[in-house]
Amino acid sequence: MFQTRSQTIARRPCLRSFFFCARPAPAVLAFLILSLLLGSAALATPSIQHWTTQNGARVYFVAAPELPMVDVQFIFDAGSARDGGHPGVALLTSALLDQGAGELDADAIAERLESVGARLSTSSHRDMAVISLRSLTEAQLLEPALEVLELVLGQPTFPQAALERERKRMQVALQAQAQSPGDLAEKAFFAALYGEHPYASPPLGTEESLARLTREDVLRHHGRYYVARNALVAIVGALDRKAAEALAARLAGALPEGAKAPPLPPVRPLDQPVTRHIDHPSTQTHVRMGQPGMKRGDPDYFPLYVGNHVLGGSGLVSRISEEIREKRGLAYSAYSYFMPMRELGPYTLGLQTRNDQTEEALAVLRRTLKEFVAEGPSEEELRASKRNITGGFPLRLSSNAKIASNLAMIGFYELPLDYLETFNSRVEAVTREQIVAAFQRRIHPERMVTITVGGGAALAQPERSGTGNGNR
Amino acid sequence: MRRCILPLLLLSLLLPPAFAGSAPAVHEFTLDNGLKLLVREDHRAPVVVSQIWYKVGSSYEHDGITGISHVLEHMMFKGTEKYPAGEFSRIISENGGRENAFTGKDYTAYFQQLEKSRLEVSFRLEADRMRNLLLPEDEFRKEVRVVMEERRLRTEDDPEALTYEQFMATAFVSSPYGHPVIGWMDDLENLTIEDLRRWYRRWYAPNNATVVVVGDVDPQAVYALASKHFGPLKPSTLIPPKPRHEIPQRGLRRITVKAPAQLPYLLMGYKVPVLKTAAEDWEPYALEVLAGVLDGGDSARLARELVRGRQIAASAGAGYSLTARQDDLLLLDGTPAPGHDIQTLKAALRDQIRRLREEPVSPAELARVKAQVVANDVYQKDSVFYQAMVLGILETVGLDWRLADEYVDRIRAVTAEQIQAVARKYLTDDRLTIAVLEPLPLAAPESGAGRHGAGSPGGGPHGH
Repeated sequence: MFQTRSQTIARRPCLRSFFFCARPAPAVLAFLILSLLLGSAALATPSIQHWTTQNGARVYFVAAPELPMVDVQFIFDAGSARDGGHPGVALLTSALLDQGAGELDADAIAERLESVGARLSTSSHRDMAVISLRSLTEAQLLEPALEVLELVLGQPTFPQAALERERKRMQVALQAQAQSPGDLAEKAFFAALYGEHPYASPPLGTEESLARLTREDVLRHHGRYYVARNALVAIVGALDRKAAEALAARLAGALPEGAKAPPLPPVRPLDQPVTRHIDHPSTQTHVRMGQPGMKRGDPDYFPLYVGNHVLGGSGLVSRISEEIREKRGLAYSAYSYFMPMRELGPYTLGLQTRNDQTEEALAVLRRTLKEFVAEGPSEEELRASKRNITGGFPLRLSSNAKIASNLAMIGFYELPLDYLETFNSRVEAVTREQIVAAFQRRIHPERMVTITVGGGAALAQPERSGTGNGNR
Repeated sequence: MRRCILPLLLLSLLLPPAFAGSAPAVHEFTLDNGLKLLVREDHRAPVVVSQIWYKVGSSYEHDGITGISHVLEHMMFKGTEKYPAGEFSRIISENGGRENAFTGKDYTAYFQQLEKSRLEVSFRLEADRMRNLLLPEDEFRKEVRVVMEERRLRTEDDPEALTYEQFMATAFVSSPYGHPVIGWMDDLENLTIEDLRRWYRRWYAPNNATVVVVGDVDPQAVYALASKHFGPLKPSTLIPPKPRHEIPQRGLRRITVKAPAQLPYLLMGYKVPVLKTAAEDWEPYALEVLAGVLDGGDSARLARELVRGRQIAASAGAGYSLTARQDDLLLLDGTPAPGHDIQTLKAALRDQIRRLREEPVSPAELARVKAQVVANDVYQKDSVFYQAMVLGILETVGLDWRLADEYVDRIRAVTAEQIQAVARKYLTDDRLTIAVLEPLPLAAPESGAGRHGAGSPGGGPHGH
């Protein structure tokens, strides 16, 4: 929701794709990521109300009276960046929250929620751990749902049996990753990009770390991070301010006050290129290339965001897609995007192509990036991108779900409350020169991580590491 | 890069679904040339979604040209006289729009999401490419390669998708649902631009299309805009596809699919009717609730009994779509939990089906499924896109969009006896097809030492 890979242990398999699209997922994905933060001076933005509960949870609220429903999200600084030497503990903790709370076991929790049509979900990302509730607002339906959420927040029991089960399910999810070239590439990319930084901790853990995780590890993680001062509450729905305040006070009141999580260490830039190939019996090779990118609230945010929109962030009309897909037919999806996080999130360029076309596609991708960093966008390209970003502003806030995502992002990263209102004018203000300067200062095509996964069953000459291998 | 790009149908499968219920009225118009227009107002945000649905998809295709509907969908972005290749996307983008298209078994649809004042941009471009597509040979050569890459990405290199494809080809013999939407690779390799031109001329006409608009709009104004842009288009004489009903299945079918993988996977499907084909019109709704009893949330039977209770499955699902054009499948699938094998999982899933045949569903379970349907009906109104999608599908498969508004009441009327009746009638071994994915090693034996192994036992690389 907030970062590309929302990690939940798959609760159910995805029953196959039913249709096929002209445009690939990554473009949509990039859209989703970037869509979280756009705003406009000219157009009405939702009025965001903000306060802090007595025990220190920060609340962001937008009244949306049209539909008789409410979305409540608790977001903790408790993602896998907080694994602290126990890879997987953040996700395991998150997955166990609704598997027992107070007197209720997992069956009772699910029954109570589903009998009033409420949906509760938990997920864990690198920065954030999220608990979301969607419920109807009719009192006799909302109240039972809130009771369950209150227990899940305040009294999760982390039953040992549930822990063993979820551990096994995470092991299965690891195996699922190992048979997916895209997942393998993503995982290797993060490992190479972040070395010893907490962002390198794989959200699903490792075979070894999963085997070692104990209930004490989970309790420690939960006790430290699932606390009011480390929480952000986003509420969107058919409530007035008074009702929202009461709801937030009651739910946050279930949490101990605790303390905010300490700052994460800064991400070190790459000092040399890293190239890594993983053999996989796939017909395509998946390519991920990139480097540490930018933070939320980054001073270069606007020039980098708008610049990348031209380069690889605007779907089929971006330069990368034009060069790789439209001109040469080399890939279904070819893209680039920034994923701004608390610390430097990744800047990623990617594609997948038939194994024997890998070198050609990589060369085109590199050349396209290099040219862009050297020369930036044309005035015409810049104008077109600005029009897309600002003209599409209302789409970013067109549902309660989207508004809730924006609140979560603004609140979690402590962006100013007028962030949405000023967004479009800040996009408009970006110049070609600023983009060139920001890309040249921040983006280093000669020092990137390049991961390739594929090669097929009978890979003739696997390409080996260029300079450096594996991690820094 | 998750499998389900537009998991909208899945919503209607896996969460007990809900169409529109007591939603604001739909305004229906038909132009003189046969184009149908459906408009629903939603004034919550100053946006509009515009979708155009064509009655053509992979189930209209015959052997040898499978995948042609989807390739044509890609080619629809490749230019007309007025707007050359790439212009369509560029213009939508400059207007702040988002667009895409999708092809399914029974439809091909194109959509734009825009700030509300820009709806005309969408109509002007869609009307133009409905009749004036150039289909240049050189663009086709490149685009069909893109589609082959798409096929590699989604099917060839995904062991579960590969299993699904072969499973469908086994379950259906004479029905066109047996071949994949994206087409067989061999057919893609042998497709010609002439094939595409014929396909385009045959199906892209105003009397074979439905435009659906949902958003902050005035229905009369939308009608006027549609008349202006789509009104002048000439209709075609449409030759409907042959019925191609599925022959009766005579006994259980089983297949094995071998592919490089780490996890086994099980898929089971029972032949069942849908709204369009059911003898009794309550049957599809009963099947829908039945799927919800199995997989409508964490309190439903599969999660409660197989994932949590006996811990046989790492995951298990059930799905059914009542809006197909022809008889379809009620699907079950799953991955065994560590320490359990496919046989155990299969036996457990078949026990679940047997129980549905033998015992009526409890009142509490039935009430939970219905409560979720009622709630989802509200939740889905949060998405204008979804609202449009439901109307588009119903109209395009030849059902009445008004069924969307009846949906909640029809689900509410389903009884435990009806669920048991459809289970007894349709969930029988003679209608069953079972596919099992049998993992082959991921690592090529000769591939190397020192490599962080994609094939390292149970591992997968984590590169430290």
